[in-house]
Amino acid sequence: MLDSLLDGLGSLGTSPEMLALFVGFGLVVGVLFGFFGMGGSFLVTPALLMLEYPAPVAVGSGMAFVFGTAVIATLKHHDLGQVDYKLGAIMITGTTIGIEAGRASVYYLESLGLAGGVISVAYVVLLGGVGAMVTRDALKSDGGGGIDHEAADKDLDEYEIPDIAKTIQRTVRIPPMVTLRGDVRVSVWVITAVAFATGLLSGFLGVGGGFIRMPAMIYAIGVPVPVAVGTDLFEIVFSGGLGSYLYGQGGGVDLGIVVPLLFGSALGARIGSAATAVVDADGIKIYFGGMLLIGAVAVGVGEIGSYVGSSALELLGLVLVIGAAVVVALAILYTTVSSLRVTRREQTSVAD
Amino acid sequence: MAGLEVPTWDPETALLIGTILLEAVVLYVGYGGLERLFGPYLMQLLVGGEESAR
Repeated sequence: MLDSLLDGLGSLGTSPEMLALFVGFGLVVGVLFGFFGMGGSFLVTPALLMLEYPAPVAVGSGMAFVFGTAVIATLKHHDLGQVDYKLGAIMITGTTIGIEAGRASVYYLESLGLAGGVISVAYVVLLGGVGAMVTRDALKSDGGGGIDHEAADKDLDEYEIPDIAKTIQRTVRIPPMVTLRGDVRVSVWVITAVAFATGLLSGFLGVGGGFIRMPAMIYAIGVPVPVAVGTDLFEIVFSGGLGSYLYGQGGGVDLGIVVPLLFGSALGARIGSAATAVVDADGIKIYFGGMLLIGAVAVGVGEIGSYVGSSALELLGLVLVIGAAVVVALAILYTTVSSLRVTRREQTSVAD
Repeated sequence: MAGLEVPTWDPETALLIGTILLEAVVLYVGYGGLERLFGPYLMQLLVGGEESAR
């Protein structure tokens, strides 16, 4: 047992170049994750695929990396008091049952020959709906969108509960009722229904579901944003851990990839997260959007390259994916240091 | 997502996942300690002292 583990670790020493590449890539992914609160780990699997790792290893190691990242992020949110374990436990149960129901529906629709069409329509409706809702709310509140970087400074009970959540809390009062962080009192049945519905969508669409769960926790249950983020990460620890275990059983988790990636990303996440206190994210969001688009193009180019057997195209795809992430991470670091210097200069001139 | 697919007990895989879990905890604690120790010095280095501010 130990031998096989050491064999896995042994691969860490086989190629110093790859080790350095993974630590560096992990650092970049960590800065992006720490700053934007998302959108780093999705780069890992395509990059591994382009490095010609077999698909199960790319997906399994990517998932194990997400698991490790979620553990670190959950520990941080735990220290800040932003993980509601009661909510997490109820959500995990409901979500797991929902996922299974979602998967069963896919197989049923597949037998009718309708799966592809229905799933595509569900994706468009869901992404459009969630996107419109979040954007409308962001525009109404502060003229911006995305992550509220001042969120960490607020007390949990200072958060305004969305109107939809207030209505649900007032109308559905079926016992047992639970009190969540941020003084939110809600029926267990509401949480279970939300967890089941998000799990159903997650299993139906074949996605992790964080982008569905977080808005659902905020808008349907009414938990404060930091608690939704922390509790969602807590759930990812379980789903990512279970997924990694299943892939690991098939030999899909390579410690030679995961260990150096995590080593870099844990440091990068600290830097990215510290940068949020200094930099206004709005200016950098455009880079982030651009990076997502370049990432999509790069994956396409890499796929075409492997289809036509052109190693130059495959290399171009890899360079685009990593290059786009590096450029955005450097932009964050540069803006942070510049902002700090400006603040420092202003403080000094005021003191003079 | 894994859904209700029930995993069978495999000590090797459990050790593998346990290693990742342990690494995550060690990195969280380790980098936290390093940040407390060297954070102020690093900030001084990056942002500059009184002289560079002027």
